[in-house]
Amino acid sequence: MQQNTPMNTPSKRRVLGPCSHVLVAANTGSWRLERPEVDAELCVRCGTCARYCPTACITVHKEGDPLDFDWNYCKGCGICANECPKQALTMVPEGGDD
Amino acid sequence: MLTYQVQPKGAVSPGINTCQGCMIDVIFRNVLDVMGPDTVLVIPPGCAAQFSGCGPEASVTVPGIQGNLENSAAIASGIANGFRHQGNDHTQVVVIAGDGGTVDIGLQSLSGAMERNEDIIYICYDNEAYMNTGVQGSSSTPFAASTTTTPAGKPVNAKDLISIVMAHRVPYAATASVADIFDLRRKVQKAKETKGCRVIHIMSPCPTGWGYPSAKTVEVAREAVRCGAWVLMEYENGAIKLGRKPEELGQPQKYFALQKRFCGAGEEEIAKMGAFLTERYEYLEKLAQL
Repeated sequence: MQQNTPMNTPSKRRVLGPCSHVLVAANTGSWRLERPEVDAELCVRCGTCARYCPTACITVHKEGDPLDFDWNYCKGCGICANECPKQALTMVPEGGDD
Repeated sequence: MLTYQVQPKGAVSPGINTCQGCMIDVIFRNVLDVMGPDTVLVIPPGCAAQFSGCGPEASVTVPGIQGNLENSAAIASGIANGFRHQGNDHTQVVVIAGDGGTVDIGLQSLSGAMERNEDIIYICYDNEAYMNTGVQGSSSTPFAASTTTTPAGKPVNAKDLISIVMAHRVPYAATASVADIFDLRRKVQKAKETKGCRVIHIMSPCPTGWGYPSAKTVEVAREAVRCGAWVLMEYENGAIKLGRKPEELGQPQKYFALQKRFCGAGEEEIAKMGAFLTERYEYLEKLAQL
């Protein structure tokens, strides 16, 4: 949190120029051509994929299914599958075989 | 006040229009995670401008300003001095600029800020060309790399930013790579705890401009560290500390083979680059022993 220190700032301020004030996210999941799929047998839950994921869309669980992906934002870049030390992740084409 | 339409991940919005496989999101998320919310960002145009907002749409939860390419260090110095004048000595001013905004266009304002030892943190993410405008060569582009302005491969070598920074005798400077996130976070933490002008130079490979599949970003960054094309080092109080010695020093064959931008480099260029990398590393080793 911002520390509370006395500052002599004017009570009224004017904003000059455009100001970004709404935190938004682009639906980058729509770019995806390949989707990472995890082999729960091989995954050791080390968290390497989550550390390198550019969109931070991987959640590592301690119990149950090892990984959760946020499909709204996963761009399908494949860094997680490339970096997995156990090769537990594979990239499969989005949309299946047909 | 910021209106939240989505839940941020750390201090960064989860969906940002950076290219597939670009690690700049990771750099921003880790830097802002270490720096905390008491931070002001200064971002010049470039790929990082994705994070300074577009119209009313913001991408980070900390306040920031988008300046011009040539004066990001000057803007940051002004903000930092304004805070100190108001009696605020806790807010950190962080510049995150690309290599064009640091090594080419912004070098004079960075040099001035380093000379005056302003209380700012300057982070340069280096993708070794002007990627945002269509891969034009910058003075950070290495020898033999092909860009749209050096289609036959760059005939000369890159500027050595960290040596320029060290020549200004700043309190803290470091190079980091996206291949080692723990090391990157440790260096940002160390910079946060130091006073004065601090500079961190981070390598961030670019899948679009370097010509490799988006999955291999971290692999390319790791190969660069392994062959000495990127030397991990720290400069603190006049002393240089090098990271682990590169395993394949002066043998950039594997690093070159991964990327399309080096496809024009023959045996001669590879040998020349290898000799240069070995020479540079040995020079830094000698400096580290002083």
